[in-house]
Amino acid sequence: MSNVMQGKAWLFGDNVDTDQIIPAEYLVTMDPALLAKHAFTKVRPDFAAKVEHGDIVVAGRNFGCGSSREHAPRALMGAGVSCVVAESFARIFFRNAINIGLPLVEAKIGATEGDLISVQLGNGSVVNLSTGVRCAFKGYPPFVMMLVEKGGLIPYTKERLDCRK
Amino acid sequence: MAEKILADKAGKDVQPGEIVEAQVDYVMVNDITGPAAFDEFDALATPIIKDKVVLIPDHYVPNKDVASAKQAKKMRDFARRHAVENYYEVGRGGVCHQLMVEEGFVAPGRLIVGADSHTCSYGGLGAFATGIGSTEAATVFARGVLWFKVPESMRFQVDGRLRKHVMGKDIVLTIIGDIGVEGALYRSMEVMGSAVTSLSVADRISICNMGIEAGAKACMVPPDAKVDAYLRGKVRGRFKKVLPDEDATYCDTREYDAKDIVPMVAKPFLPSNVAPAREVKVQIDQAYLGSCTNGRIEDLRVAAKILKGRKVHRDVRMIVVPATRRIFDQAVKEGLTKTFSDAGAYVSGPTCGACLGGYMGILAPGERCVSSTNRNFVGRMGDKDSEVYLASPAVVAASAIKGRITDPSEVAR
Repeated sequence: MSNVMQGKAWLFGDNVDTDQIIPAEYLVTMDPALLAKHAFTKVRPDFAAKVEHGDIVVAGRNFGCGSSREHAPRALMGAGVSCVVAESFARIFFRNAINIGLPLVEAKIGATEGDLISVQLGNGSVVNLSTGVRCAFKGYPPFVMMLVEKGGLIPYTKERLDCRK
Repeated sequence: MAEKILADKAGKDVQPGEIVEAQVDYVMVNDITGPAAFDEFDALATPIIKDKVVLIPDHYVPNKDVASAKQAKKMRDFARRHAVENYYEVGRGGVCHQLMVEEGFVAPGRLIVGADSHTCSYGGLGAFATGIGSTEAATVFARGVLWFKVPESMRFQVDGRLRKHVMGKDIVLTIIGDIGVEGALYRSMEVMGSAVTSLSVADRISICNMGIEAGAKACMVPPDAKVDAYLRGKVRGRFKKVLPDEDATYCDTREYDAKDIVPMVAKPFLPSNVAPAREVKVQIDQAYLGSCTNGRIEDLRVAAKILKGRKVHRDVRMIVVPATRRIFDQAVKEGLTKTFSDAGAYVSGPTCGACLGGYMGILAPGERCVSSTNRNFVGRMGDKDSEVYLASPAVVAASAIKGRITDPSEVAR
């Protein structure tokens, strides 16, 4: 997981649910590239075609509510989204994203569609480079930061299994 | 209750906010979330803790297309390769959350995780159960433990006598309408009081099933003698019942008078967008009765009682999906399937299909469905311009007869 992410903002509102991120009829593959083709297809049909590598999703409260489908963060990663900045996240989405290596940042950064956003995980800040507005965000708890640093839950689990041998 | 169960499974005292690794009793995956877990697990190249693993194909089985057939096959092959005994083939299983209860995996005080957000249903029997992702499930297959942030608890006290036709679904819709879809985010909900004690275990499962729709990590009802009776002859192994302490600390307490709760509907596009059924004047095209929320025998009985000797409205198609094979058999035995069929409803075998817009009941643009399921997000059951109205089995049945959203008292007997 990279420490600095930069890209243009895609704006979403409150309560973006996992059915919006990736509708259930496409849950017949785990391939991030295939899932990415249908990301936000019902609510933002232009997203999949126009999203660029590094872009950042900026949303309101309770992002990722609904189903436990890990396809949702995988679809965003497949689409090239480098980070999601939201006022709050639904908890299963939060865990899934961290566990597979998609950075999430809890912050309220004023932005309009297409603004250039920069996120620095290391020093805990989000900057809207188009407006110059900067805001700080609270870092992850130590255990979660440790998972992030190790690259997710699988590398951590491998390490624990190796300890046992 | 959440703290006590997590403390027991972590083997130490815990505080809200603390992150602990705890021993999981069972981990369940379905045919949609399983395949990714299988790949991740196989890459770990470690033995599986197979007694803790439960594999239930239910979302897109019987296979809806070639892609879903491949996913179901992947689960079947994984079960064989690792000799996982807790695998439930089409025709022998059903909707995962009800099957988990019927097969005796769920018991008070247990810590159960599932790669499906409605795993929180098991709180209806006093278990701490929560939805996880596929990668997490894979690591539980390998280590039998998972990390948890100990949640704060919220108390929902519902006292008094419930009105006729009011079900667990109406209680939970009332609560979600009150606190909103993130009202219990990162928290555990405990739902109690004399009105909750008076409910069947089935209704308690319906309540806890929708805890996730308020953002909750878990949702629980303190287990009592009704749970003991329900589990008799079903439950596997031993369990240790956990009850809330008399002086338990809650970050929030909400009180409800049972007599104020009426048959409710959650209008599009959030489960919190609730209104009394009698105030919602909406024509419907489809009525759906089934799912992990309300596909139990008790739910079918309520609907059949309303539909008996009546006809589904000519402009409505009604779809009835018993949640498991056992429920299907029981419904046949009690003559409920005949009642539905005579009324002009379509009855199918168990699947999650229509609830999540997969198959077996997809909505066209502009169509509306009154549904006993748990989500009414944009496009949840079909086209993005279709609408889902969430309600109890009683409201679904009454609405099917009238062709519009209907309070059951309007057609009551």
